[in-house]
Amino acid sequence: MNVPDDLLYTESHEWIKREGDNVRVGITDHAQSELTDVVYVELPKMDRQANAKEAIAVVESVKAASDIYAPVKGTVVEVNKALEADPGLINREPYGQGWIFVLKLDNADDLKQLKDAEAYKKQIG
Amino acid sequence: MKVRSRGRVDALAIALGESRLSLMTQGEQKKTALCDEHVRLGARMVPFAGWLMPVQYTSIVEEHQAVRNNVGIFDISHMGQLIVEGAGAREWLNTMLTNNVGKLDVGTGQYTFLLNEGGGIIDDLIVYQVGEEKFLTVVNAARAEDDFAWLQSHLPAAEADVSAARAVHLINRSANFGGVAIQGPRIAELFHALFGPAADLPSRNSIADLPFNGTTVSVARTGYTGEDGIEVFFRSEAAVKFWNAVLEKGKPFGMKPCGLGARDTLRLEMCYPLNGSDLSPERNPIEAGLAFFVDLTKSNFIGRDVLIETKEKGPHEKLVPFRMKEKGPPPRPHYAVFENGERIGEVTSGTLSPSLNWGVGMAYVSATHAKIGAQIEIEIRGQKFPATIEKKPLYKKS
Repeated sequence: MNVPDDLLYTESHEWIKREGDNVRVGITDHAQSELTDVVYVELPKMDRQANAKEAIAVVESVKAASDIYAPVKGTVVEVNKALEADPGLINREPYGQGWIFVLKLDNADDLKQLKDAEAYKKQIG
Repeated sequence: MKVRSRGRVDALAIALGESRLSLMTQGEQKKTALCDEHVRLGARMVPFAGWLMPVQYTSIVEEHQAVRNNVGIFDISHMGQLIVEGAGAREWLNTMLTNNVGKLDVGTGQYTFLLNEGGGIIDDLIVYQVGEEKFLTVVNAARAEDDFAWLQSHLPAAEADVSAARAVHLINRSANFGGVAIQGPRIAELFHALFGPAADLPSRNSIADLPFNGTTVSVARTGYTGEDGIEVFFRSEAAVKFWNAVLEKGKPFGMKPCGLGARDTLRLEMCYPLNGSDLSPERNPIEAGLAFFVDLTKSNFIGRDVLIETKEKGPHEKLVPFRMKEKGPPPRPHYAVFENGERIGEVTSGTLSPSLNWGVGMAYVSATHAKIGAQIEIEIRGQKFPATIEKKPLYKKS
């Protein structure tokens, strides 16, 4: 299972990529492979403020709807509209075109709470 | 990421927290004789009705399409197999089941219901007449124990002395027998590849014993997918050999092993009910729109009085298929249904139909609103999405 070393992770299977004052967020390769066949993505509203671990998006596969959490406190500054037309991007490119939203960080120190690739790999066994 | 709603209760736990849970509870689940084969094929195994079952091997959508376009095989060994035999078997079964067992001949089967005294559905099942005085019923895994206990408590022997002419024996053979469903338009080719060019494919709803590799298997032309297909029942010892033979002989026909996920999307496109979701002891076959499988001309069967009353007065609620009008989130069980702002019912089954690439489902709605073509709304996470009540089935082969 692909777990890139340059990303951060949550226990709830989101990946986080630091981009200056922002973080880009998606779900991991492991998560997409467990879900399979993503058929619908409910994106967060632009400018929404979210606390860490607050559910702000929904990814639906054929069988299940799953909440996606804000990994840290922040404000939604970008959402991946491409997922509305092609939700399968999450399956095909979970770390690339399948990203879900970008948060403007409230406090960059919050990132210290997240897992590194090593810790996430250990979690998913 | 955390699962917030699922397609069916305690069943298709394919997302993360739940697959972890299923690992913890795997030890408590019963395993079919084919369990090791599923694991070898890389299936995602989940607890279902007390059994550890494959929910999918590669992808629900791919497996679904294999059945619609070619052929697929499902392990249905978790389903219960009850034998009813004896000189009084037919007459007694006819008092227990809604359809008319008297219309069966040796080698034929019918879909039917087992009801409680209130007309509520204990189980939906297929009863096959497999001998002059012998019947095989194939029942839902989750209900098998309850069905057996219910039937046993109603055996004539429980009432009084039974004359030989009325003798009925009930046997639960589930632990020693398994089965597979092989479904899809290429079934006839595959059947002859398996059983030889001279073997006769049973006709629709019929069942026949056929020799296979030194053993005998029962082949029924029945299924739960809407495609042509067969269900094959065998002793558990023969399961692995038969399964692998089907996979091997099926290769030229695009055969795929298929899990419970595809089984659910296939049946829902056809509006075949799922017990526990669309059917329950609180619902009767008339509300479920399945009166065709109830013979009210029979003088006596458990639940008959209530069904006659329901038929005369009309049911309060009816099970209706619906289709979403826009691309959007797929409907799921327990979502509320509205018409003109008024709440009229609740979704019992819903998914994104892989054949139609569109959200579809079934819901119980108040009978006054249960009209084909009616414009309704499904409430999904606080937002209402438009849908239309449709005719059965939701998917028709073009």
